[in-house]
Amino acid sequence: MRSLTLGFGMADRTADTTACRWSSILRAAPKNRLVLCGAAVVLLLVVLAICANILAPYDPTEMRVTDALKGPSSAHWFGTDRYGRDVLSRTIHGSRIALGVALSSMGMAFFVGSALGLVAGFVGGWTDLAIGRVMDILFSFPTLVLAVAISAMLGPGLNNAVVAIAVVYAPLFCRVARGPVMAERAREHVAAAIALGAGSCRVMFRHILPNILAPLIVQASVALAFAILTEASLSYVGLGTQPPDPSWGTMLNEGRTYLETAPWMSIFPGLAIMLAVFGFNLLGDGLRDMLDPKLRGR
Amino acid sequence: MLRYALLRTLSILPTLLGVTLAVFLLIRLIPGTIVDQMIGTEGSYSEETVRALRAFFGLDVPIHIQYGRWLSSVVRGDLGTSWRTGIPVLQMIRSQFTVTAELTLGAMLVACAFGIPLGILSARRENTILDHVARVVSLFSLSIPVFWQATMLILALSLWFQWAPAVAFVSPWTDLRANLAIMALPSLALGTAVAAVFMRMTRSSLLEVMREHYIRTARAKGVSERAIVWVHAMRNSLIPLITVAGVQMGYLLGGAIVTEEVFTLPGVGRLILWAVFQRDYPLVQGTILFISVLFMLVNLIVDLAYALIDPRIRYG
Repeated sequence: MRSLTLGFGMADRTADTTACRWSSILRAAPKNRLVLCGAAVVLLLVVLAICANILAPYDPTEMRVTDALKGPSSAHWFGTDRYGRDVLSRTIHGSRIALGVALSSMGMAFFVGSALGLVAGFVGGWTDLAIGRVMDILFSFPTLVLAVAISAMLGPGLNNAVVAIAVVYAPLFCRVARGPVMAERAREHVAAAIALGAGSCRVMFRHILPNILAPLIVQASVALAFAILTEASLSYVGLGTQPPDPSWGTMLNEGRTYLETAPWMSIFPGLAIMLAVFGFNLLGDGLRDMLDPKLRGR
Repeated sequence: MLRYALLRTLSILPTLLGVTLAVFLLIRLIPGTIVDQMIGTEGSYSEETVRALRAFFGLDVPIHIQYGRWLSSVVRGDLGTSWRTGIPVLQMIRSQFTVTAELTLGAMLVACAFGIPLGILSARRENTILDHVARVVSLFSLSIPVFWQATMLILALSLWFQWAPAVAFVSPWTDLRANLAIMALPSLALGTAVAAVFMRMTRSSLLEVMREHYIRTARAKGVSERAIVWVHAMRNSLIPLITVAGVQMGYLLGGAIVTEEVFTLPGVGRLILWAVFQRDYPLVQGTILFISVLFMLVNLIVDLAYALIDPRIRYG
């Protein structure tokens, strides 16, 4: 009877400790300069994406051939492209595609990768070996090469690019999740939950997952930066977003031909990619510092 | 060491087999079959043509037999024949690999030349303005897309020095000087992000080593700070860089695709893109397999080198 009470106590304490840890992280976040700067840039990106229709001065796909290849001016702050489309409006709308692709592909990679890591670490044995081998195989391909290969086989397009990016990054989440799951699996509160008759799913999602979320979230924030870069690369080579949709990568590709006569077509979308990726990198670095004090300032 | 090398080499065999299976199955992701794709874009056809094409691509037998046959050809060095050129895939890869190898090695050189010294400097001046600037610059470098950086380099040089990227690639065996002039800028563009990774890794690793007991002992014995850094700390702090270098080879091989595209270099990366847009699936399959196996071999060599330098790995 005593052990049963002890078991219930342990399971309850796990939830308390997890909640306590998260609240301390949330309290510490505003004090971390990296997190603050990164969050500010990411917030700007989110606002641009949500309010693109209001903030963009022109329709991003509207062609005004008489205004083609005009340099930056008060009418067109970032100039116009070869069809007379406003580069500023296209750059603002590009944030919507960049963020949309990054969030959807990383969402898929996060859920699939973490779930596989959770199962591999918790079940162990042959399941762990099989999942590990599949992940090893996916890790054997250089990231962009695999993304290009999958996009090429599925066909060029935004949705296929999302799937390609998700497949490429899922192993990362699987590997990040597996180690901490194995460590948590060996802890007393998990043993107590199992002894109390909790099913595997309940133990994995109720007692283990909350305790391994921190490294996964850090990984996700850094991976979002990679996802933006990968989408831009795929669009740049013609395998991602297709014209006339205003993806930053597609815009850079279109600007290549006019590098000497209309460099603004290449400069501003590139700056937008850099700023977005920089924001997520800062956020990831800051979160990593907060969650692992040993790495602070490294 | 020999036993470790043998076991490590054998351990990649299952993954290697898995990679061949993944590449084989990749081509099956195409909607329909490769024959449908081919004839769908090339005009009218008869049933006989379809049968002949299916037989030519070995699609008239069950999938496991197709894989077995394909694997047997791959093991014998036959990666198939390009649809568009009729040239064996391996021959095409071989003729363009020099460019990719030179580009990735050049980029690695750039990364080492800038990243490691900057990392050491940053660690030695920890929490100074220089350190903060170096860290922000490295984070910026990690955020710049390689193709945009390449484009901006071309733009800056063409505006300021009237420079234009070379139209034709010159082999190093033909004219080394001209070759180096052509490859310098692509290597710089591709190597910058890796330099940032190296900088961060060197800094972090050196800071960790500098806090070890044996460094404190050296200080207590009166060893100069310069000798502590260069003689005692550097060797140990650079060991993790070897692993990072192996992983970064994947980034370089992937980045070569876009870098070669921007600078119109005739490398394997550009060959992949050409094959993709020409729907030359045997060539896509062959080039992807080649790059992946190369990446695995680089990582194997890195692991073996790591064990050679750090005996703890062998006995761990």
